[in-house]
Amino acid sequence: MADVNRGNRPLSPHLTIYRPQMTSISSIFVRITGNALLVSTLLLIWWLLAASSSAAAFAVADYVITSWFGDIVMVLSLWALWYHSLGGLRHLIWDTGRGLELKTAERMGWMMIIGSLVLTALTVFSF
Amino acid sequence: MVFLTDRKRATGMGAAKTGTAHFWGMTVSSVALLILVPLFIFTVGPMLGENHATVTAYFSHPFPAIVALLTFIVGLLHFKNGVTVLIEDYLQGLSRKIWIIVMTCVSYAAIATAVFAIARIAL
Repeated sequence: MADVNRGNRPLSPHLTIYRPQMTSISSIFVRITGNALLVSTLLLIWWLLAASSSAAAFAVADYVITSWFGDIVMVLSLWALWYHSLGGLRHLIWDTGRGLELKTAERMGWMMIIGSLVLTALTVFSF
Repeated sequence: MVFLTDRKRATGMGAAKTGTAHFWGMTVSSVALLILVPLFIFTVGPMLGENHATVTAYFSHPFPAIVALLTFIVGLLHFKNGVTVLIEDYLQGLSRKIWIIVMTCVSYAAIATAVFAIARIAL
């Protein structure tokens, strides 16, 4: 076994051959949203640092964060935060051994998409 | 003649590397963040677009300051561990190591900056 042929063996088909599925797409978006949240996190920390420094520094950060660019980043990040949270909740459910049937996993994917959009709308309109 | 045993060749090569510590760390921080994230959204969110005096007065209260601090600290540590898996999945060799080091440093720098900023406002 120790001298087994490595590197020249048949590989199972990967992403490129599969039709997009609810399970795979909802999963990759958990990764994308989680990592993309760094952008708005750094923006918010800069905004807080500016607030702690001076009125002039705060004016710049406030201008950026309330500009159309800031609005787009913040609303997308709000959705990403809700979506990633629901995705994390799904992982916690899966980790207990529940919800792994295909039907349930796909239904939870739809709940993440619809739930995150509803929560984003509710949050935006509550402010 | 091959001298490596199967066990020796497999040790440290799996996706888990050092075992379950990483997985358990993500589990603990994700449960904490399920509580912190909604609190963060509804305490920090309304401050966006407010004027300087309002923002500094707001974060000098204990509750908003502590919620913001906890969310940035726990969230960025969760990010550090998550982005490490992302890098491990898509990069190999030297670039993998460099990116993990860079993103780890960015995460800790962001934590330190957030703690400094909120402490300076609050105190």
